[in-house]
Amino acid sequence: MIIRSSEITPEHVYLSRPRLGSARRAFLKALGLGAGSLALAACSPNATEPAPTPAGDGNPLPSGVVDELGDPATAYDSILNYNNYYEFSTDKQMVAELAQDFTVDPWTVEVGGLVNKPLTLGMEDIRSRFTAEERIYRLRCVEAWSMVIPWNGFSLSEILNLAEPTSDAKYVAFTTVYRPEQMPGLNDDFYPWPYTEGLRLDEAMNPLATLATGIYGRDLAPQNGAPIRLVVPWKYGFKSIKSIVKIELVAEQPPTLWNLVNPGEYGFYSNVNPEVDHPRWTQSNERRIGELGRRDTLMFNGYADQVAGLYEGMDLRANY
Amino acid sequence: MAALTVPPKRKPTTKWIEIAGHVGALIPLAWLIYDTAAGNLTVNPIQDITFRTGKPALFLLVATLAITPLSTLGWREIVPLRRWFGLYAFLYATLHFLTFTVLDYGLDPARLLEAIGEKRFALVGFLAFCIMIPLAITSTDAWQKRLGKRWKLLHRANYVAVGLAVIHYIWLVKGDVREPLFYAAVAATLLILRVPSLRARLATWGRSLKRSSSA
Repeated sequence: MIIRSSEITPEHVYLSRPRLGSARRAFLKALGLGAGSLALAACSPNATEPAPTPAGDGNPLPSGVVDELGDPATAYDSILNYNNYYEFSTDKQMVAELAQDFTVDPWTVEVGGLVNKPLTLGMEDIRSRFTAEERIYRLRCVEAWSMVIPWNGFSLSEILNLAEPTSDAKYVAFTTVYRPEQMPGLNDDFYPWPYTEGLRLDEAMNPLATLATGIYGRDLAPQNGAPIRLVVPWKYGFKSIKSIVKIELVAEQPPTLWNLVNPGEYGFYSNVNPEVDHPRWTQSNERRIGELGRRDTLMFNGYADQVAGLYEGMDLRANY
Repeated sequence: MAALTVPPKRKPTTKWIEIAGHVGALIPLAWLIYDTAAGNLTVNPIQDITFRTGKPALFLLVATLAITPLSTLGWREIVPLRRWFGLYAFLYATLHFLTFTVLDYGLDPARLLEAIGEKRFALVGFLAFCIMIPLAITSTDAWQKRLGKRWKLLHRANYVAVGLAVIHYIWLVKGDVREPLFYAAVAATLLILRVPSLRARLATWGRSLKRSSSA
């Protein structure tokens, strides 16, 4: 479907849309959180600024930040204040406030399992060994809303190649940190914590599969999955696991949290596919945050060129 | 020997329950309007408005089911609220429906047809709304007179509307069905209390409560 230019919100309207109400802003100010500074960091892409304050003072959209289809990147303010991160809260606006005290230093990522060279990497190692570049990708939630996010990251394959998966390795399993003292939502037994996700090895090796350490040139905020998270833009957002502590190469398809919660609805693949509806709602259209009205959902979230080949011959309805 | 019970006098202060009912029913709407104007909604405001009009509609629908058991227990003054709760539920349901069809889907016929026709949670919600329309229209005294005995039968359709609304909620939540199931349990309980034998027991209990409070 052609997106009429009249549907794209003009930037000035975008920037002056209703923000956090004054009551909430006053509350956050009272907590001693001021507006983050916009100072640009050093030129090296690795040098990102410290994480912003949860209030996210409404960074204006850097002019010209668009995805490869020409759609504007979502305002940072929105990215910071609308989060599905149930470890903190199921309230999308509360996550930012509750995640304020989440510590990301020290942090290690274990890479192991069926590999020749298991690694334990600290964030300083990761930042120095891997070059984070700007990757502007769409994120499409299974709830049928989406954003365009200028990530800073590198391909997951770089870390996997360093660990050298053996020939037995067929899948990659990921685990999120489990820290109940800082993550109140973990006390809810309904979900089989910790959060787990997985990819087939060839999916994980696809250059599009990204490990992100920043957004808009700044370190990831806690609510966005600090300090390091996965971004698989051709799949529904819940596959892009946050705050990773473990990456494991395995032989069998690993369990994933949403599949455990409801196997009939959240499959292992969960590729964005307008032709395969969720059992209870449609996936053929979505709401782009910041826009009014709906837009058609694209096959593989618009990344068919890069990833369709992974699924040749596969029944995507059966392998939802 | 059982004393002759004197029916409760119609005190002027019984009106307070009606005032409380009106105020209570309108609070969610007032709060939503305020939050929208103050910019307190999330960056997905249409989703917020949809949810904050749907939830009060469901709550008020279930509340209409509570009136009969409560009046059976003896709280007769609460009966006028049933009509009002039903109408407020219809108000919220209408706003909910308009948000969905106009604000969200921009009255796009193809998308709406797909959403309502093919997806079961939207379909049952739409059916619940359709049932509420004739109930709202015939809620007046004039219609009650006009329909006579059939009015009560028609308004039993409210049971179906509540059931559909609860199913609508169960089917739209992502994974955690606990709250919708709680609504289902409450609605089911309130319906079961209408079964004649249980209703008789409620009435007996109500009378004994009255006797002990006036003893």
